[in-house]
Amino acid sequence: MVSQDEQTAIREVTITNAHGLHLRPVMKFVDVASRYVADIRVDKGAGTTPADGKSPMALMVLEAPKGTVLRILATGTDAVQTVEALAALIQTKFDEE
Amino acid sequence: MKLRDFFCTKTIVPELQARDRDGVIREMVRALAEHGAIDASHADAIARDLIKREKQGSTGFGKGVAVPHVKHVHVPRMMATIGRSAHGVDFSALDRAPVYTVVMLLSSESDPDAHLAAMGKIFSHLQDDKFRRFLRQADTREKIEDLIIEADANDAEAG
Repeated sequence: MVSQDEQTAIREVTITNAHGLHLRPVMKFVDVASRYVADIRVDKGAGTTPADGKSPMALMVLEAPKGTVLRILATGTDAVQTVEALAALIQTKFDEE
Repeated sequence: MKLRDFFCTKTIVPELQARDRDGVIREMVRALAEHGAIDASHADAIARDLIKREKQGSTGFGKGVAVPHVKHVHVPRMMATIGRSAHGVDFSALDRAPVYTVVMLLSSESDPDAHLAAMGKIFSHLQDDKFRRFLRQADTREKIEDLIIEADANDAEAG
C-alpha cells in the first residue's frame, strides 16, 4: 500500500575515493542506509542491474571503481533524507582519505 | 574473470584450528607461506596488516562469512584462499553471528581495479545461499576446490 507521504528520490553521485566502492565503504554505506526506512536501489545508470542498498553483498557485486557514477534511488517516507545522507557519504569519500 | 584465476586452492584450510579471529588470519597466512604463495619472511607482516584492517572495520558482512583482505607490497600477485571453521569464529560481524567461512584476498598494490573485480566476483557467488551453505559444509580441500570449479562452470553457463 502506498501511503500519502510516500516519496521517491534519486541522486547521481561519482565515486571519488581512490580504491572505489570496496568492502569498507560498502559497510559504511549499509550502516547509513539501514538507519532509514526507505527501500534503496543502487545502480550504475539506466539499464544496469540495481543492487539492494542495504545488502553488503549486492553492493560489492556492483564493482564501482573510482570515477563510477552511481545512481541512488530511494522509495519511502524518508526517501529524500536517505539519498542526501548516502550522497554525502560518497562525496566525503567515506572518510577514507 | 574466473575464481580459479586467483584462488590458490592448494592453500585452502578445510579445518581451521584457531578459534579466534587473529589466530585464524595467522593460520591462513601461514598456509599461504608454507605453499610458497607468499614469501615466508613477510608472512608475519602481512598477517599483522590484515588484523589491523580488521580492527578498523570488520570484514564480517554477515551470513557466516568474512572476507579479510589487504593490498600489500610483498604480495607478488593477487591471490585468494579459503578457511573453514567447524566451530565458528567471532569476527565482530555485522549480524553479530559467528563466521564459518573465511575468504582471504591478498593483492599487490599495483592494481586496485583488479582487486575490486575479484571482490565483485567473490561476492557474486557468496550472494548465492546454496554456495554459502555448501562452503560451510565442505570439510576437505577437494570439496572446497570442487565448489570453486562448479561456481566458475555455472558462471560460464550463465554467459
